[in-house]
Amino acid sequence: MATALASQLNTLDLASPLPLDSGKVLPNVRLAYETYGEMAADRGNVILIFHALTGDQFVAATHPITGKPGWWERMVGPGLPIDTSRYHVICANIIGGCMGSTGPADLAEDGAPYAMRFPVITIRDMVRAQVAMLDQLGIDRLHAVVGGSMGGMLALSFAANWPGRADRVLAIATTARHSAQNIAFHEVGRQAIMADPDWRGGDYYGGGGKGPEKGLSVARMAAHITYLSEAGLTEKFGRRLQDRDAKSFGFDADFQVESYLRHQGIAFTNRFDANSYLYITRAMDYFDLAEEAGGRLADAFAGASATRFCVISFDTDWLYPTAESRNIVHALNAVAAPVSFVELSAPFGHDSFLLDVPALDRVVKGFVG
Amino acid sequence: MSLRPDLAKIASLVPPGVRVLDVGCGDGELMDVLTREKHADARGLEIDPEEVERAVARGLSVIQGDANRDLADYPDGAFDVAILSQTLQTAQRPDWLLDQLLRIGRTAFVSFPNFAFWKMRMALLLGGRMPVTPHLPVSWYATANIHHLTVEDFRDLLAEKGVKVEGSWFFAGGREIGQFNANWRAEHAVFRLSR
Repeated sequence: MATALASQLNTLDLASPLPLDSGKVLPNVRLAYETYGEMAADRGNVILIFHALTGDQFVAATHPITGKPGWWERMVGPGLPIDTSRYHVICANIIGGCMGSTGPADLAEDGAPYAMRFPVITIRDMVRAQVAMLDQLGIDRLHAVVGGSMGGMLALSFAANWPGRADRVLAIATTARHSAQNIAFHEVGRQAIMADPDWRGGDYYGGGGKGPEKGLSVARMAAHITYLSEAGLTEKFGRRLQDRDAKSFGFDADFQVESYLRHQGIAFTNRFDANSYLYITRAMDYFDLAEEAGGRLADAFAGASATRFCVISFDTDWLYPTAESRNIVHALNAVAAPVSFVELSAPFGHDSFLLDVPALDRVVKGFVG
Repeated sequence: MSLRPDLAKIASLVPPGVRVLDVGCGDGELMDVLTREKHADARGLEIDPEEVERAVARGLSVIQGDANRDLADYPDGAFDVAILSQTLQTAQRPDWLLDQLLRIGRTAFVSFPNFAFWKMRMALLLGGRMPVTPHLPVSWYATANIHHLTVEDFRDLLAEKGVKVEGSWFFAGGREIGQFNANWRAEHAVFRLSR
């Protein structure tokens, strides 16, 4: 973490070492977080937002590296569905991440970067760190936890493992477990990173090396395809050529879609650490809420029967399709939790939760209240 | 906001503070009244995503799904009251749906349009075509009502299944009418049932 950036981040050091699902313990844990809106005197208006795989705490504030608007500025702000003139919104970078929270790029106790010595963490470990943060901030009860994609997994894990701590749980475009297909796509990304000679077994920090930018870029390109729908790609790019009238009979980015993906890949390497990508995708692949509860998903939610849930899926999302959301809803029904579910129609695939879907805004606003 | 007469009747009959499942709840109009006036713990099931969106937007717990399939996922006796209003005639298997209602709820309310209402009979008798009325306004080829029934048909089904009728109420022209000759005079019927 560059010092110039570090000075712009709000951070909190956990008072105690963090026990992990692996049995290991992570010492000196730091969480970087942003807040939006004022906290009420009784601390009763707090909403915790969990970000997605490549997201961060800059939900509704300009990103300090890219200078781009926050990733959910259309949803979070004064007068918006998650209304920061009424609610105090907190979003923390997950542990394992690379925007200020403790991750593989940070220094271990021996003064050298963790790199691959960083312990393998789980979704529940990420949540456990944020629960410890809430404890230190003196926030006992949340009005809501909210998350899309991986953020939805954290929200479900929060509800299952710390029941009663949040009054409402909003899980969008997510799943209660990673499927074989989900794991497969992640493995492609990880192998691309680890096949890059500049990865050096993860020891690429310092020394002026640029790290496995090629590998990380390919990982991002492969993943990005899974976030879009086939129809969306066709509408946006079709077979149109990029800045040329004819095919080049070479391997330049002839097609617009190639150029777009290459751009997405390269831009990503400017703001994301390759080892973080390995650790976070691993945590997602390990995620299986039912397994944590002995095999039956309903048992995971046994303590959460008084929590209000809202589960939203999108009809064009093939990464976490509607069937995965229904699976969650059935489990919640089985414990008689008050649950709402709707599959919304939107053309953008998995990324719909981040984009202009007016029906999503209405449902979120109605549910959050 | 005034509820449709059959819904108003159901709302008046639901005891306070109970757990209610409204199957085919639409935008949650009845659930809203039950929650506010009867302090019911109301849940809904609705197939139309736009209706679900409106129901969730008003703060209700509604699941988008198909009653013909998804009711099987609800545990036995999960609710005190299960409601099926104006939906029976759209079901793939109304008899299966009725069994599910009485499995999930201790009491069930079922309302449906009576196809033996005298104006229907006249329209079919004199017009010779499937009736299109203000209450059943869609032509035969486009209607969601795939299992038209009469009050007497429904009573026969209940008798066959050994379902107990705890009460029945009838409506025509937007108001409640008496029990007399209901199969001729009633446009709509509401039944309270139990096993």
